[in-house]
Order: sequence, then structure tokens, then C-alpha cells
Amino acid sequence: MAIFHFALHELPPETNALRMEVRDFLRETLGGRSPLQGAGSWGGFDREFSKKVGAKGWIGMRWPKQYGGHERSALERYVMLEEMLAAGAPVSAHWVADRQSGPLLLRYGTEEQRQRFLPRIARGELAFAIGMSEPDSGSDLASIRTRAERVDGGYRVNGTKVWTSNAHLSDYMIALFRTQVVPDKKHAGLTQFLVDCKSPGIAITPIVDLDGSHHFNMVVFEDAFVPDDMRVGDDGNGWNQVSTELAYERSGPERYLSSLALLIETIREIGKEPSEREAAVIGRLVAHLTTLRQMSISVGGMLEGGENPNLEAAVVKDVGTTFEQEIPEVIHGLLGIEPTVKHGTDLQQVLGYIMQKAPSFSLRGGTREVLRGIIARGLGLR
Amino acid sequence: MSTMLADVVTRLFTDRVTKELIESAEKGEWPTALWGAVEENGLTLPLVPESRGGAGVTWQETYDIVRAAGRHAVPLPLAETIVASWLLSSAGIDAPSGPLTLAPVHVDDRVRISRAGSGWRLSGAATRVPWGATAGHVVVVAGGDGQAIVALAASPRVMVRDTNLALEPRDTIELDGAKVLAAAPAAGEMTPAVVRLYGALVRSAQMAGGLEYLLSQAVRYAGERKQFGKPIGAFQAIQHNLAVLAGHTAAAGMAAAHAFRAADRGDPTFEIASAKVRVGEAAGIGAGLAHQVHGAIGFTYEHSLHFVTRRLWSWRAEFGGEGVWAAELGREVAARGADSLWAHVTSR
Repeated sequence: MAIFHFALHELPPETNALRMEVRDFLRETLGGRSPLQGAGSWGGFDREFSKKVGAKGWIGMRWPKQYGGHERSALERYVMLEEMLAAGAPVSAHWVADRQSGPLLLRYGTEEQRQRFLPRIARGELAFAIGMSEPDSGSDLASIRTRAERVDGGYRVNGTKVWTSNAHLSDYMIALFRTQVVPDKKHAGLTQFLVDCKSPGIAITPIVDLDGSHHFNMVVFEDAFVPDDMRVGDDGNGWNQVSTELAYERSGPERYLSSLALLIETIREIGKEPSEREAAVIGRLVAHLTTLRQMSISVGGMLEGGENPNLEAAVVKDVGTTFEQEIPEVIHGLLGIEPTVKHGTDLQQVLGYIMQKAPSFSLRGGTREVLRGIIARGLGLR
Repeated sequence: MSTMLADVVTRLFTDRVTKELIESAEKGEWPTALWGAVEENGLTLPLVPESRGGAGVTWQETYDIVRAAGRHAVPLPLAETIVASWLLSSAGIDAPSGPLTLAPVHVDDRVRISRAGSGWRLSGAATRVPWGATAGHVVVVAGGDGQAIVALAASPRVMVRDTNLALEPRDTIELDGAKVLAAAPAAGEMTPAVVRLYGALVRSAQMAGGLEYLLSQAVRYAGERKQFGKPIGAFQAIQHNLAVLAGHTAAAGMAAAHAFRAADRGDPTFEIASAKVRVGEAAGIGAGLAHQVHGAIGFTYEHSLHFVTRRLWSWRAEFGGEGVWAAELGREVAARGADSLWAHVTSR
């Protein structure tokens, strides 16, 4: 029974030079940050940083050169990504566009859209948000209700999007709207659009996280106008496209490294001569880490080979987020220190930060339950 | 080569390793015909160079053999023979035919070797040696005066005959009177710990194979067994258990494969320790989930599930359990320091 195939994949030797280049760049650019800042990983939004990354040629690495891309391999991109994440680089201002909005435009956008947006994304100048979820539509994404009605020269949009990360900081959003109501066919009549976040009729208000931070938003559309040339793909093809986009979102290596900073600070705390118990706890986590990395590289290898690793990516994300969430629990159990905010040691603050972020790890980009449904389908159970 | 070998192995085990055969092995019967077939197909000496009568393949190719042996619950010391023959050949000693075993497998066993006239003399006892009483020869790696010595010995005195949970022989043998047929200095920087290390490697592969079996059986059963008017696999609770089992199975396979690749490259302690920890953990969780999906029928001797789950419960403890290897890994990581963790992980 060949249900899925994780084949051991080798990173080509030339990726080593790239890895060192990324490490040097990150040391120069981010040197001197506190461990807590490093724990932020893909939370940090820093346009200047993103422009520097763009200048290095590390955004749109796989895209054609004619659109500002660099035509490099999936595995080179993998290496760049894992170094960024391991260092906790503030990648938010280009992350979404690089990972999913750009590839989506490359595949479904018009030639004019590609020329207009992709080079600027690749330079790190454009930040994108994702307009999918709504107040009554989370995992059941196809049930969205925000309407885009045909009007002269474009569409008039009414409705509400939620959990829109960094909408308040972004330039554009790729949003999924209902252009037609087809009775009993919720997957039909959906269409994707490029929405200028600053256009009239769009009100963006914060949704504050449980730890007091703001990156989520509610985005209310009230007779907002979206011109025809900002429609992405065919009218009614949205479900197809959004499934592709979510596959881009799920196939990256970012699904197991969110708590790495906490593991590193714990190793620093226990020092060079750990007790048997400390050593066993750390060693176990490192065994998981190194295995997940090989699984993630395997997915990268499948992407490189032009395969479609949706199932394998779901497996990595499910196993990976379980690992990420386990780390603060295990460290709590091992050290018995109090998690803190602002005060306390670096380790206490990193623990406090990761602990409060951890619930989101198995929610964002598809909940654990949705992923396990995908895996079950891959196993032939549904 | 690799797929060809994997095909041969899978066909052979599918045809020959039947429920009846495993049951008879559990009663203490040596599966003579099966061993003959395994030997005939060249599966016992994969790492021995062709010039010395082996198959001359890599550890990565050997992974397919050992994993298949685990998947089929092959009741033979095949993994032990593979490691033992590799140890012999790396010391320049020809491997005899027939099943081989390894010693010492336990960290507390004190086995010594010393010169005795023109030959060698072993001393000490080795506990819970796989097929210690039935394997034709035992390959011992022991500390001599300075360098470790690889010795091929026969006819040790059997002190205790025991088994693991899967009723695979685990015998305590006394090496004092054993006949040393050949001995030579171990290659490179090998120490007696090499037995435990490579034992852990092959157990990881066997367990990874065992987990593949559990997953395929559990998925099949969930599709066949009907309750409340539908296959139980249609229920989300079952689907999610199977998805978790799939995740552990995938992780186990990857961890083991990673370790076998490292064995080809040399200096594989980090990867083997990681594999034994990760696969051992998957084995415990996976066995529990497979049984849960199978319900009461999987708890019976009549059903075949336990041939693999009992092996997993024993194999994860053999050649060092998860805790032992995790601590070894943790000490290494701590000694390198916090800021070297990522560089180290990405260098492997």
C-alpha cells in the first residue's frame, strides 16, 4: 500500500553557499536582537527588512525572470525559508505575497496583473493580506457570503472578512467573494480578486490576540468598488484557485519551527552539563526536530520534481504543529519556571510568548481537524 | 538495484512469512526453509563486499531489507545477521553461512577479549542476546588491550533461555568457554558500543516497517468493519486516529531512512540516536492507535495484529530505549551549546 511517499531527499551542495549567505545576511541585518524578538518568527512586519530581502533576490525565487523572479529551485527556496524562520526573521511584510499571492497571480493572473504586481512583490515593496475567512465561515470556507455584484466596469462588494492578518499594514489583499449564488452549490459562484486595501468602502478594524498583540483584523466592505482588471482568474473559478492557494500555504517548511527559539533558550539555560532528565528531554525534542526537517525537505523535493505533495504537506503540518505546541508544555514540565511578559529572564519571556501563541499553530492555514480530514482522504477513508 | 532488492524481499516475505510460520516460530521452531530462502536470495550479507560473497550494497539499500523484515514480522535474526556480517567484513573476517547474532547488546555487559597463545579468549557473559542459543555464531565486539576487537565465536554456553514479548529468543550466554574462530582489530575508531549503535539502527528500520504494517491493516480494517450501518472508517474519530497513525508512520520511516543514509556517510550517532528516539515513540503510540481502531478482535491471539505490536513493544526497548538515546543526544546537543543547535541540525 503506497499511501504517501516520503522519500529521503538530498539538498544539493550548491544550496550550502546560499545557506551561508542567508545566515551572514541575517547576522548583519538582525544582529543584537533579544531572544524574545527572535521568537516572533513570522510575526514581525518590517518593510525595510523585506526590501533588503528582495534586493538579495530571495523573494519570488522560483518565478520567471521576466516578472522580477530569479528562476531558482524549490530546494534553494526551501533553504532560504528555513534559515529565515530559524533566525526568527521579521518576514511578514513579504511572506504572504512570496508564498501564495505571487504564485497565484503567476498561475491565474492576467499578463497585465503579473507585470504590474510581481516585480514589486519580488523587490519586497508590496505586502499582501489574505481575505478568506468570514464571521460565519472558517473551516467551511465555501460557505462565505461576502457578495461581489457586477456593476459597470467592475464589481460592488459588501460583506465582512475576519482573521485578516496584517490587513492594516498591507497594500493589497487577495480576497474570495461570492459573485453568484448558486442554490445548493456553495463551491460554485466564487471568484478571487485583488483588492487595494486603501480603497474607499473598506473599513479595517483590529481584532486583538489573547496576548494583547494586533495582527488580525476585521475588514468590512461597504459598497467597495473593485474594477474588472483586478479580478483574478475567471468569474466562478474561485474555489479551484483558492484550493491551489491553500496548497501553496501548506507546503512550506514553516510548520514546525515556530517554537525553535524556546528550544534554543532552554538549551542555553540548562548549560553544557545537563542532568540526565534535562538531556533526555532536550534530546527527544531534537530527534523530533531533525526528523521533521527531513520530512519537510522531502516535501521540498517533491515540489522540485513537479509533484503535488498536498497529502505529504498535510502530514508534515499535522506532525509539525503538534511538535511546536508540545515544546512549551514540555519545557514547562521540565523547568517549572513561570512564563512572563516583559519581566523575568529571556527564557521566561520566550516561554510566555510562545505559550500564548501556541494555540494558533494548529489553527492557521487549516485547522488540525481539517488537515486530518485531508490525510484521511489520502488514506482512502473519505 | 534498490527497487529490485526491495521487490525480491517483499515477494519472498509475502509468500513465505505466513501466520502459521510465525506461530510455529513462537513455539520455538526454527524456520529452516525460510532461512534457506533468505540466504539463497542474498539478503543476509548485503553489506559484505561481493568479493567476500556478499551483495555489496549500501546501508540505504539495506534499509529496504530490514524494514521489510519488520513489516512482515519475519521471525529470524536477519537484522542481527546483517549487522554481524558487516562487523566481520569490516574487520576483514569472512562471514560464515547460517544465522549470526551479536554481543554485547546491553550496556552493563562486561565482555573482554584477550590473547591466548596463538589465538584469542573471550570472557564475561552477554545478556538477552537475540537467538543467542540458536544462532550458529556470535559476533562479539570487545575491548582488548587498547583497541576493540571483532571476534567470531561459536558454541557459547547458554545460561538462560528467554524471549522478548514477541517470543523471539533472547538468551543469556557465557562467552568464557566459547570457541573463537577468528578475531581481528575493529576498523577505525569502533568501540564495543558499535553493537548497540548499529543494533539501534536496524531496530529503527524494523519498527518503521512494523508501523507501515499497522497503518495498512488499520486502514483496511476501518474500511471493512461496519457499525451503525457504515464502515467505521467513515467516522471522524476513527479517521483522525488513523491520520495520527499515518503521521507517526511517516515520521518513523523518515527518521530511519535518515539514519541509514548517515551510516553510509560515517559518524551516524546523531542520526541513529534520533531515529531510535523518534521511531520508538512512534511505535508505542502507533501500536496503541492500531489496537484502538481494531477494537476487541485485534486483542485476540487469533488476529495477526499482535505479531507486530508485540515486536514493537520489545524492539523499542532493545539496544537502548528512547530515554537512553534521547539523553545521549541531549548531552551532545548541550555540549555543543544553544547557538550551535540549528547549524548542527542543518549540517546532517
